[in-house]
Amino acid sequence: MGSGQREQFDNPVIEWVDSRLPVFTMMQREYGVFPTPRNFNYFWNFGAIAMIMLVLMIVTGIVLAMHYTADVTKSFDAVERIMREVNGGWLIRYMHMNGASFFFIAVYIHIFRGMYYGSFKKPRELLWILGVVIFLLMMATAFIGYVLPWGQMSLWGATVITNLFSAIPLVGDSIVTLLWGGFSVDNPTLTRFFALHYLLPFVIFAVVFLHVWALHVTGSNNPLGIDTKGPQDTLPFHPYYTMKDTFGVLVFLLFFVLVTFYAPNMLGHPDNYIPADPLVTPAHIVPEWYFLPFYAILRAITFDIGVPFTEIVIISAKLGGVIAMFGAIALWFVLPWLDTHPIRSARFRPLFRTFFLILVADFIFLGYIGSQSADATLFGIPLSYMGLAATAYYFIFFIAILPWLSRNEKGRDLPTSIHEAVLEQKKSKSEMSPEAAE
Amino acid sequence: MTKRLILSLAVLPLLMMIAPSAQAAGDQKAAPHQHWHFKGPFGTYDRDALQRGYLVYRQVCAACHSMKRVAFRNLEDLGYNEAQIKAIASEYTVTDGPDEEGEMFDRPARPSDYFPSPFPNKNAAKYANGGAYPPDLSLITKARHHGADYVYALLTGYKEPPADKKLLDGQYYNPYMAGHVIAMAPPLSDGMVAYSDESPMTTEQYARDVAEFLTWAAEPEMESRKKIGLQVLLFLAVFAAIMYGIKKKIWADVH
Ligand code: HEC
Ligand code: HEM
Repeated sequence: MGSGQREQFDNPVIEWVDSRLPVFTMMQREYGVFPTPRNFNYFWNFGAIAMIMLVLMIVTGIVLAMHYTADVTKSFDAVERIMREVNGGWLIRYMHMNGASFFFIAVYIHIFRGMYYGSFKKPRELLWILGVVIFLLMMATAFIGYVLPWGQMSLWGATVITNLFSAIPLVGDSIVTLLWGGFSVDNPTLTRFFALHYLLPFVIFAVVFLHVWALHVTGSNNPLGIDTKGPQDTLPFHPYYTMKDTFGVLVFLLFFVLVTFYAPNMLGHPDNYIPADPLVTPAHIVPEWYFLPFYAILRAITFDIGVPFTEIVIISAKLGGVIAMFGAIALWFVLPWLDTHPIRSARFRPLFRTFFLILVADFIFLGYIGSQSADATLFGIPLSYMGLAATAYYFIFFIAILPWLSRNEKGRDLPTSIHEAVLEQKKSKSEMSPEAAE
Repeated sequence: MTKRLILSLAVLPLLMMIAPSAQAAGDQKAAPHQHWHFKGPFGTYDRDALQRGYLVYRQVCAACHSMKRVAFRNLEDLGYNEAQIKAIASEYTVTDGPDEEGEMFDRPARPSDYFPSPFPNKNAAKYANGGAYPPDLSLITKARHHGADYVYALLTGYKEPPADKKLLDGQYYNPYMAGHVIAMAPPLSDGMVAYSDESPMTTEQYARDVAEFLTWAAEPEMESRKKIGLQVLLFLAVFAAIMYGIKKKIWADVH
């Protein structure tokens, strides 16, 4: 990193530092002249956006931690004191609360972008896997963070989700006891969750570093999914993409600010403004919105799997749900080996494109199902049936459709180079919207 | 093509926003939307309504409900001056101490004190209310779907129970309450609180005023939140527009 050939800097101070620790050379190489495909669309902004959100979460989180107390008798009051008595406390807390949601929005778009344009394929498999690790760590961090204000949903969400681990054979109960630090979600749970909630974002930061490192080894993918073939296909990262990313970040922040200041509780649940009470169970226990698709998959498995015509149960409904839920994310890890089609971008794979867009709709629909009570109906059909069907499509897409398409989809002809494709597109679209050519 | 994809992804947050409200409809009757002075991006609290609402709270609700997160000094937001707040606080007695001799003592409340609670603890509150706990009202509009609309609907929504519904002693029928049965007797009736301004002294007006007051208690920062929000939005919009121009200019030679 930054070793090897080094150019002299004119500024003597920078030169003094750089000759001893080449951070400036590294910055210059990785963010200054770094050759970047010239044809990114705005979906390529979401990595930078996610990075900004991570920094925002860490900064606001540390300020919150200065005023927060992890104690079941005090946490709810501590958060309310932040809201009412600490200068600007409501702003910090609302930014942290809604920042988590917008962080997930950015990362979901980032992930589905990668699937659509085949960014997970060779040679970017490890880069992709590191991304999935970040996503898992984010889920853990956000889940744990939601417990900290110690409202009704904190307590009962934590109870439902931690209880899932008890379905694991043999070690399940021990894992749950370890998570709880006792025999129910209580003070020891809260204090260890706070410690972990402080720790995990820095672990995320470290994995993000590896993720970006891996990115800078392979270089970025692009909407055409073809490799760059020379300088005519690329632009230096600065100023082209620094400026474009800044613009993208600002537009994203506009939406973030709109929600944070004008509807700060829209994405939350009112029950979390009721102090936690182990004696009162809320009517509906729902996790935060960004977990809902996976929550729906968890609840879709309502039947035991056993030996037919006997009473023997091999996988209980509960364990089945847990396997399905974790399996749904585990599939992302092996995605590069499920979709082995040589064409990366969905632009040149009409079949893949159709099935993928159905998957996105399916995932959103799963989110909707996850938000509803278990016995809800839609158009007179029990939602649980639809949940099972949507879950089935999710798994069939990854396990069957992708491998099948990899072997059988012919795909369209690829352009010979990014440079030519850009020129071509510019010619045919010169009278249409200008962004399309970017 | 890209546009359609953007659209389909944009639906994700949108759907999630609608989802919780669909769910709340479950068994309770949905609270109808009321017009509130504080609604909308420029909405502010109506100071007169807040003062009347506080009066209703003080004379009616405070007999059963605590509001322990609000201090007398916060009443400044309602338009009271320092002397008025001192006078209001001094009508209450709080326990302080221990003094030098180690004794707890009673003294008149000061502006820095929080609203005293009607019962010493949860069990006492339950015992006095037939086993039902009157929740602390400091956060009630944030702790229920539809906030102020819900409080208004609940307070004005008491009905005769349907013929097949059997109520126990101390239970009342209210279709807005989860399960339709509430252990709070209808707290308001026409004329029970004397207003010094022209406002009608009706149950509806009391309910509307107290709901506005409770919204303020739950979100005292709302006015500055919206004001700062507007400034931040304007700043970001201008900054984004400038960046768009810069980006266009830089990219001009590429296209
Ligand atoms: C005589 C005592 C009493 C008075 C006076 C009273 N309440 Fe209540 N209130 C209760 C009790 C008891 C409950 C709990 C009811 C239950 O859980 O069934 C309650 C519940 C509530 C609830 C929560 C309903 C829910 O969704 O769980 C609200 C809101 C409320 N009261 C508002 C008010 C307001 C506003 C006033 C003043 C206008 C008021 N109350 C006056 C006793 C009282
Ligand atoms: C990956 C980044 C992070 C995510 C996704 C995240 C997520 C969350 C969420 C969802 C909540 C609950 C919000 C609420 O309802 O109040 C929360 C609360 C909290 N977080 Fe974080 N967080 C992150 C980083 C941090 C960091 C770095 C710190 C401190 C070092 C921190 C400190 C806190 C504290 C003290 C609370 C409780 C106060 C509150 O509830 O507002 N967070 N976090």
